Amino acid sequence: MSFFAVDGLTMRFGGLTALDDVSFEVDRGMIFSIIGPNGSGKSTAFNCISGIYQPTAGKIYFEGEGISGLAPHHIARLGIARTFQNIELFSTETTIDNLMLGRHQHMHSGVWSGVAMLGRATSAAREETENRERVQWIIELLDLVRVRDRPVGELPYGTQKRVELARALAMEPKLLLVDEPSAGMNADERAEVAVRMRELRAELDVTILLIEHHVQLAIGLADRVLALNFGKPIAQGAPEEIRQHPEVIKAYLGDG
Amino acid sequence: MIEPTRDHYQDIRLFTARGSWIKLILLLVVLVSLPLLLPGYRVFTLNYMAVFVIVGLGMNVLVGYTGQVSLGHAGFLAIGAYTMVLLMTRLAVPFPLALVMAGFVSAFFGFLLGLPALRLAGPYLAIATLGFGLAVTQIIAHSALFGGHMGLVVPDATVGPFPLSGDVSKYYVIVGITFVLALGVRNLSVTRVGRAFRAISDSEIAAATMGVDVAYYKTLSFAVSAALTGVAGGLLALMTGFISPGVFTFTLSLMFLAMVVFGGLGSITGAVLGSIVMGYLNLEMDAFQELPVLGPALEGFSERFMSTVGLPNFGWVVTGMLIVFTILIEPRGLYGLWIRALDTTKRSKSTDADLSRSGPGAD
Repeated sequence: MSFFAVDGLTMRFGGLTALDDVSFEVDRGMIFSIIGPNGSGKSTAFNCISGIYQPTAGKIYFEGEGISGLAPHHIARLGIARTFQNIELFSTETTIDNLMLGRHQHMHSGVWSGVAMLGRATSAAREETENRERVQWIIELLDLVRVRDRPVGELPYGTQKRVELARALAMEPKLLLVDEPSAGMNADERAEVAVRMRELRAELDVTILLIEHHVQLAIGLADRVLALNFGKPIAQGAPEEIRQHPEVIKAYLGDG
Repeated sequence: MIEPTRDHYQDIRLFTARGSWIKLILLLVVLVSLPLLLPGYRVFTLNYMAVFVIVGLGMNVLVGYTGQVSLGHAGFLAIGAYTMVLLMTRLAVPFPLALVMAGFVSAFFGFLLGLPALRLAGPYLAIATLGFGLAVTQIIAHSALFGGHMGLVVPDATVGPFPLSGDVSKYYVIVGITFVLALGVRNLSVTRVGRAFRAISDSEIAAATMGVDVAYYKTLSFAVSAALTGVAGGLLALMTGFISPGVFTFTLSLMFLAMVVFGGLGSITGAVLGSIVMGYLNLEMDAFQELPVLGPALEGFSERFMSTVGLPNFGWVVTGMLIVFTILIEPRGLYGLWIRALDTTKRSKSTDADLSRSGPGAD
């Protein structure tokens, strides 16, 4: 059984078929890219995987277990984290508080121990302190030290994207779903994104599933690529194959 | 920029700067000496304001943190008040225990109301909670156990060997409890559960993908909010000595919602400020009369043009205008105004506050 597998995933909204019989497998430690023009169903696939949508048909397997139909918070607890195309940060909270929310599933304090946090030695305070220490390296890795205590709503767009990635990493996921990391960025910033993704893969034991509108970036980073068009898988394979695949070229340059 | 010896406890500790201990002691001195300095009838007002502050803390958890609007909190106030009084009269439960039970029973009803609330949002939830508040009052008003419209007399309360007879002794109990609860809610807000609450109002989907069980925390916030309001109800009964369904009106529920919006949603300081102001105005509407120049002018205007009753009317008008103007100027309410004032004074003191933070002086 592969690390992560999608089998015959189909998602219909009324008469619209957003995903049509999509299947792929991801091995542990890979960067797997899903590419496709706008509206090709990439984000819909992520929403199915993270439990926000219940797929119309098809199965999703993670570490051998079927996860389709589970609630988003259950899927998160299994070790699947994600970012969003349109940044879904807790905008009035600081960077560190956003990251600490990523620690939610690894922490245990309830109402009573929270209320009774009266000193450094109480259980809730110890847990808070330990987990803040744990995410400090992520803050340093993603160059967020200067904005650690700033409300994220007032940070520039690119920084917010980094905070969102950091928050997902704070969950210590086994599988990381990254939705359009380079959206709204210029060439320099895109290059930075590519470097960061490689860094993450090198330094962490994490498998990355990447959705990317920018084909060169997506293909350049990936070990394996799936191309979608209008919800249908049109090609799958190694990056070089996809780059030269006639269907893919047609989807981007031709009538697509 | 890397701070190798950062003490992470400093993020969540209550007093971040050395000066804040002095502020706390000052606050305690003021709170302790206030009833001794003010005339007796004002102590009653202070008690009333403290009860409002506890409700404000509860409303803030629900409306400010998880973003669920309630127009029925007078219902929880009533549940708390009647639970405490009935336990004391029927089962001779001592006051401190009865008060704790008031919180638990109210929390249970909060949990029950929180379940249907999961399927509702915005105006639909507001109407559902409104129905709850009205139903509670109706049930109380038409049931012999609760004394019906006639209400119930609250028995004399004692804490251990000490009788709580006068307003001053009740003041120390009520304000002491308020202080402890405010600290408790503050602690809750900086730890795991509080963070989950606030995440829900910001983005339910993002919270869920972080592993937060949204349904559980929404219901939990109803229970916590109701528990605080139930305790406030018990203390209201203690301070007034008499409860009847006429006290727990829809208007009061509206007032509770208004005061946390007016104070600044999502902020404990804001909830406390808003509750203090609104609690005061609710009881002392005629205080406007005492304002120099403006008071007599408004009173004259009111008597002439608005009704024969005069005074109470313009009190409400001024309260309403105060809310409208505060929200217009600063959507974050009193808390926002407070923050702005702090920013202005800070900026005039030093312009490089950001640089000094990570300097060698920071511990």
